[in-house]
Amino acid sequence: MPNIKELNDLTTQVRRDIIRMVHKVNSGHPGGSLGCAEFFVSLYNELLETKEGFDMDGIGEDLFFLSNGHISPVYYSVLARAGYFPIEELNTFRLINSRLQGHPTTHEGLPGIRIASGSLGQGMSVAIGAAQTKKLNNDDHLVYSLHGDGELQEGQNWEAIMYASAKKVDNLISTIDLNKQQIDGSTDDVLPMGSIRAKFEAFGWTVLDIEEGNNVEAVIKGMKEAKSLTGKGKPVCVLLHTVMGNGIDFMMHTHAWHGKAPNDEQLEKGLAQNPETLGDY
Amino acid sequence: MKTYTYTEKKDTRSGFGAGLAELGRTNPNVVALCADLIGSLKMDEFIKENPERFFQIGIAEANMMGIAAGLTIGGKIPFTGTFANFSTGRVYDQIRQSIAYSGKNVKVCASHAGITLGEDGATHQILEDIGLMKMLPGMVVINPCDYNQTKAATLAIAEYDGPVYLRFGRPAVPVFTPADQKFEIGKAVKFTEGTDVTIVATGHLVWEALEASKALNEAGISAEVINIHTIKPLDDKAILDSVAKTGCIVTAEEHNYMGGLGESVARVLAEHNPTPQEFVATKDTFGESGTPAQLMEKYGLNSEAIQNAVKKVLKRK
Repeated sequence: MPNIKELNDLTTQVRRDIIRMVHKVNSGHPGGSLGCAEFFVSLYNELLETKEGFDMDGIGEDLFFLSNGHISPVYYSVLARAGYFPIEELNTFRLINSRLQGHPTTHEGLPGIRIASGSLGQGMSVAIGAAQTKKLNNDDHLVYSLHGDGELQEGQNWEAIMYASAKKVDNLISTIDLNKQQIDGSTDDVLPMGSIRAKFEAFGWTVLDIEEGNNVEAVIKGMKEAKSLTGKGKPVCVLLHTVMGNGIDFMMHTHAWHGKAPNDEQLEKGLAQNPETLGDY
Repeated sequence: MKTYTYTEKKDTRSGFGAGLAELGRTNPNVVALCADLIGSLKMDEFIKENPERFFQIGIAEANMMGIAAGLTIGGKIPFTGTFANFSTGRVYDQIRQSIAYSGKNVKVCASHAGITLGEDGATHQILEDIGLMKMLPGMVVINPCDYNQTKAATLAIAEYDGPVYLRFGRPAVPVFTPADQKFEIGKAVKFTEGTDVTIVATGHLVWEALEASKALNEAGISAEVINIHTIKPLDDKAILDSVAKTGCIVTAEEHNYMGGLGESVARVLAEHNPTPQEFVATKDTFGESGTPAQLMEKYGLNSEAIQNAVKKVLKRK
């Protein structure tokens, strides 16, 4: 059984990392990052089966692809705190000559990253390709991916969603961060997408909801259930219900902090709501 | 002067198909993807012999490029197949982010390039693809000239680790290069020695350049014909050595003169040895329906057009 207190402490520390990183360079995307902190912490500490060290091919281990690359702060924080690279390197986020680019990339050789993302809608195709290579290699490990809900407005996703079920890519778990916000407003204001569950089901996927996407225990339970549904001829979609900006009261339930950094005062307020647990970078 | 002849005409896309089939037998990591154009891309043989290593994507080129990028993770060498237009312009951002910027070992193989696609018309006749692809950092761009060279190029790119754009065509054209050639990425091939003018050609225009050089020779003009099959990385030295001798150059390609081989050559010359240059290429225009020969004539892409360009450039020496 996972030690939930330890994971919650880690989540709190990750939230601090996120807003400190974004504040320092006065740019980046705190809202979606905060909303997915529990997911990333659970993924990298309880769910993914990974080998020591990092190599691009990832044979014999689970793989994760982030499609909505703008939530790089949470990705970097969790990767660093899982040992992929020095935690101090979080200091270099978005700075010149850094491996921690605004959006994740393989280009600078940052351990943990296997594809560049940022231009939206491309990650599911990549995850499918990696999953099909696992099958060719008789590697029974899984491929996970994460996508924004607004990101589903990009058409390439639907090419990928159609393909994955048609070709029985059943070693893939694609999670949709259902925070119902995007840059210009709520997803319902910008472009209502109707039932995402019904759409995935109509395309032949197995779909399950994690209603409490900001609860580590619920995320672990839901993702383990998702894992149990792999290998049955269908790709698996997890609808992760989250709150954008979770954990910092004035950032929650709004699209306003999608891509905006807190000022000094707002940072202090946010940090006060998330006391240091494992030590700041 | 060395002259070239041919005994048969074959399409360069069949050279790709033959190369891919051979790779299927010799390299277990090679996989192929197609967006509903198996017959046009001549992929049947590979698929028949290696069904488990073939991925039919359907009419979804963006998805195909992403899947190809993903397939490399775990050691596969994906070859994607569709028309040149749908291999480049349609999926530029997917290639840019998921393949080129991500440094993935994907071979983007593009048939029906250029105006010789013929009757389908301008929607399918891309004349901008070399430019699009050569501008991507790290992308190798290859445009072979006949069946044998296309087959050799297909084999060679499997040995190279990194993203490649391989461009070939639809019509049957003379087969004049040797079947057993070794293809060296980035290395120009000199077909004829000459002293008056350099003709640098790529793709279907190489044969036209050889025809032109024959006619020019009869008129007392000695042309050096160089085949640039690799537009990026460009063989700067072969070009500079030749113009040092001839003092003028004609570039010939089935592509817009903006962004094509000619502009790459002009850059090298401007940097190292400014030299009079004429461009045989389409002049910032879309194509149209017609037979390949009619279109080559109308858009100034044949032996006659090359001869005229030579006569013009000689006067500028």
